[in-house]
Amino acid sequence: MLLSTRNLTKTFPGTKALDSVDFDLKAGEVHSLLGENGAGKSTLIKCLTGAYRRDSGDILFEGEPISPQSTLEAQEIGIGTVYQEVNLLPNLTVAENLTLGHQPRRFGMISPRAMQAQAEEMLAGYGVDVDVRRSLDTYSVAVQQIVAIARAVHLSGRVLILDEPTASLDSREVRMLFDVIGDLRKRGLGIIFISHFLDQVFEISDTLTVLRNGCHIATRPAAEVDRMELITLMLGHELDEEKPDRGLSSEVEGTGDAIRFKGIGRRGKIAPFDLTVHKGEVIGMAGLLGSGRTESAEVLFGATPADSGTVEDANGAVDLRNPRNAIAAGFAFAPEDRKTDGIIAELSVRENIILALQARRGWARPIPQAEQMRMADEYIERLDIRTPDAEKPVGLLSGGNQQKVILARWLATNPRFLILDEPTRGIDVGAHAEILRLIEDVVAQGMSILVISSELDELIAVSHRVIVVRDRHHVSELTGADVTTETIVRAIAAPDAEAVA
Amino acid sequence: MTGARVLRRVAPQLLTLGAVILLVSVYFPDFYQIVYANDRLVGIPIDVVKRGAPVALLAIGMTLVIATRGIDLSVGAVMAICGATAAWSIDQGFGLWAALGLAGAAGLVCGLWNGILVAFFGIQPIVATLILMVAGRGVAQLITGGTILTFDNEAFAFLGSGAVFGVPVPTLAWILTGILFGLLVRRTALGLLIESIGINLRASTLTGINSRVLLLAVYMGSGFCAALAGIIATADIRGADANNAGLWLELDAILAVVIGGNSLLGGRFSILASLLGAMIIQTINTGILLAGFPPEFNLVIKAVLVIIILVLQSPRLLPRLGFIRLRRERDEKPSGTPVEAGK
Amino acid sequence: MTIRALPLYATIAIFLLAYLICYIQFPAMLSTRVIGNLLTDNAYLGIVAVGMTVVIISGGIDLSVGSVIAFSGVFIAVILRETALHPLVVFALLLAVTTVFGAAMGGMIHVLAMPPFIVTLAGMFLARGAGYMLSIDSVPIDAAFYDTMQDAYYLMPGKGRLTLLGLIMLASVAAGMIMLHRTRFGTNVYALGGGEATARLMGVPVGRTTVAIYAFSGFMAGLSGIVFSVYTSAGYPLATVGVELNAIAAVVIGGTLLTGGSGYMFGTLIGVLTMGLIQTYIVFDGSLSSWWTKIVIGALLLMFILLQKGLLRLRVSA
Repeated sequence: MLLSTRNLTKTFPGTKALDSVDFDLKAGEVHSLLGENGAGKSTLIKCLTGAYRRDSGDILFEGEPISPQSTLEAQEIGIGTVYQEVNLLPNLTVAENLTLGHQPRRFGMISPRAMQAQAEEMLAGYGVDVDVRRSLDTYSVAVQQIVAIARAVHLSGRVLILDEPTASLDSREVRMLFDVIGDLRKRGLGIIFISHFLDQVFEISDTLTVLRNGCHIATRPAAEVDRMELITLMLGHELDEEKPDRGLSSEVEGTGDAIRFKGIGRRGKIAPFDLTVHKGEVIGMAGLLGSGRTESAEVLFGATPADSGTVEDANGAVDLRNPRNAIAAGFAFAPEDRKTDGIIAELSVRENIILALQARRGWARPIPQAEQMRMADEYIERLDIRTPDAEKPVGLLSGGNQQKVILARWLATNPRFLILDEPTRGIDVGAHAEILRLIEDVVAQGMSILVISSELDELIAVSHRVIVVRDRHHVSELTGADVTTETIVRAIAAPDAEAVA
Repeated sequence: MTGARVLRRVAPQLLTLGAVILLVSVYFPDFYQIVYANDRLVGIPIDVVKRGAPVALLAIGMTLVIATRGIDLSVGAVMAICGATAAWSIDQGFGLWAALGLAGAAGLVCGLWNGILVAFFGIQPIVATLILMVAGRGVAQLITGGTILTFDNEAFAFLGSGAVFGVPVPTLAWILTGILFGLLVRRTALGLLIESIGINLRASTLTGINSRVLLLAVYMGSGFCAALAGIIATADIRGADANNAGLWLELDAILAVVIGGNSLLGGRFSILASLLGAMIIQTINTGILLAGFPPEFNLVIKAVLVIIILVLQSPRLLPRLGFIRLRRERDEKPSGTPVEAGK
Repeated sequence: MTIRALPLYATIAIFLLAYLICYIQFPAMLSTRVIGNLLTDNAYLGIVAVGMTVVIISGGIDLSVGSVIAFSGVFIAVILRETALHPLVVFALLLAVTTVFGAAMGGMIHVLAMPPFIVTLAGMFLARGAGYMLSIDSVPIDAAFYDTMQDAYYLMPGKGRLTLLGLIMLASVAAGMIMLHRTRFGTNVYALGGGEATARLMGVPVGRTTVAIYAFSGFMAGLSGIVFSVYTSAGYPLATVGVELNAIAAVVIGGTLLTGGSGYMFGTLIGVLTMGLIQTYIVFDGSLSSWWTKIVIGALLLMFILLQKGLLRLRVSA
């Protein structure tokens, strides 16, 4: 075995990111690592490459225990990594990127000719036609990826980790990259491949390992798994789960209060789609990571303004050019990445809760202090936010409580349409249930909700209907009795011929 | 904020100010003497709060700019422009109010220029404001015609050297401006919104805060404060010196904000603490003169002060001084949630 | 390569165009005499801009250099007055002091993880204060060796003098070019400017490089101080106030990205000469006022900053 982990465990405050994971990589195989956001793929990679220190467990390289303290040390041991955002320097030339740190020198000075020769030699066999004297950013991401791979292979040469390398490549470029990966496999490297494009995973992999919620779920030869089974493993539903009561959609259909989106989309993000949101309705949105579900939400909220389509409600056209206008129209959006897009870490719980309402009222009409206190206390109690007091900086709370603060922020604006992108990701079970209960609560009061989630059980439990997104298109809409894990998985799994388009 | 919390916030600045005063009074025991003569208060403390006026005024605007995670290098040059504008208006016989109006407008326009570069062109604040820092003095000289433009207008000169109820006008100016800005940001929601965009611009925009307009307003506020400082400096010497008015005061203003415990990385701010910072700087300046040291020492002491503050504020060194737990928390925080690397 | 070098070409084009305009109005400006003076008068600025170029490409900034130049002048003048040391020995001492000074700032920037802006601001106060403490007044330098240096020149065809000072500047630029473009250190400087985190991941010794960058800037500021003291035959603690701004402006007008990662040493030379040319033009014209220099430099700064911003957009969207 080239690289193994035994009982690898890593805990972050509030979550167990890896829970005694065993993983084995053989020389000469491409081993895909699968799982939704928060499954533990990244944490596993970061433990392997020394970016994180594990809490317990062992990492074995050719049977010898190792514990790299940094990516550089991992590289020296023989483990190289290439990330989706290419970790090279775009402002240097290709040759400089390839040779940085070990440029050939003559009398203490870099010899450009020798450096070019060395760079060209490193790139030979990768089938790319590159002028190594040009700066890296003049080349496509695909070429940059290959340059990064060439550097990683040159420096480490035993294990190559590819983290979402195809995310921004077109089909021709993916082909080019796969040829390179195939060659490296023949040369005996062990390759760990991470991608959310299942077609690509099936095409390139010898072995598949599925992680979910930090646990190792399954490892199988790729030839013995089909798409349905794989998605089922990744999303982890129990097929015998009975679907809860739904079917309100026909009942609310008639009201004139609907918000109608017609043909709205954004080039390169999400293909134009129609959506009608009725009062008091929960719309679920399912799809794998990178399918365009977050992009749909951002277009609906004006965070990424749509470049086509119209939006109207009972009062006429709705302007969604930016989040401010969307909020004025009664929209609200709890984003997927709480840390960068949601919380204002150093502001207190109280300030975070009143922020959206205050922004809508404008700076000149401050919410009175007493009113702020009352609102903070009200939501802390109503959403059971665990904080010593309302003045604690929100950055110090756990993920679940931060999420509740963001929900409180939007509920305080009393929106009519609330968009929740992965509202329960990375939070503990208790908070999880509370957030679902809250959704039911506010819908009963007439609010409309769009929920994006990778957890199908959860989606089915709360949604009146479910939209399935695949390859940046809204591919199907399931209503009533059609909303089952099986139909959703089937819609997600439909062979995606244009997966790499 | 309640009184106790404000006090706790500015305690380090108050202690520093106290220590500096104590140190000065060791060399110069008469420090505390204030007498009332010729309808005005006279004494060293009065001198400090008068001479510290330009830096204090600049520090008010600078505090807000720094709270948005920006910086305004141009304030010294803007002072010169506004001073020149005021002197020129008086010289043209436009009268006091026109002079004040034009100077204030010039400051606002300068701030608008910086704000547009930062908020709409997305240029880094330090780069954007550098342009006006370089060109501004040229513009000021253009207005004065390259000479020191002197004028004879008692009403205007009163702003620099007069006194109301014995208190020098410059002192009143910075105290009133400080109160005005303090009320403006704390009695409305401006302060909260400014802190919010300084901490997390993207999340703030997604929350519906109009960050561009807010940035414009903040840089215009800084330009306005620079205009007031320029007016006072000009009135004080009864002339506009385009070359030397406000020279290097942007650095003192930044220093005052940093001494005030405001982070250069934006977020929480306290105007009161910055004003105390400005007074600490001025007390040192005055103290060195009084103690008979050559004024040259001033710079060295300022340098040492900056270094001490840097060490105290350093995100990397503090933990080594024993706050190891604090550091671990900080390290874990960004990776606290298992977010996948790629989106 | 081409798109990144565009600001450099723009700089060269602007310089040539400006020179052409000057020549059409004042044909005398094309003489080697004017060119020789241009080099001599701007020697100290060119030298310090070489150090500033390295600092800015690494993504930093050094506000201390103007004060260090003034300190250098006073240091040399006072030591020459008080001791019988040969000027060359004093020069060596001085360069050691300013290099260590720069290295200390680099060390603080790295160890304290503080913005270079504020650390070098402290350095600016410190160096200026140290200069004052040595002497408040201007100290004349009266050494035979200084006369020798001032009189050292190569007579170009057309009676223009290529002085020792001008030569030292050209040599500094050449040395800077070799260091920036032909050494591992130089590549590391670009790497830091391209992204410190990525550079660290790729094995660049970030701490060592940061210290070396500011040490180099300190060395060049010291060298510039020597040249300035030869140029003025005196040391004055109030001299060269604001030179750091001129140096930064020259670097940016030379096509270097103020946020780091991109730029050329040769561009800086052109930037310095462009700024010198504007001043020369104003002198030739006689009726124009000196403040136009500042305004034109500000306009050029704005132009290059917007150009760089536009190029960045172009590269991102490409």
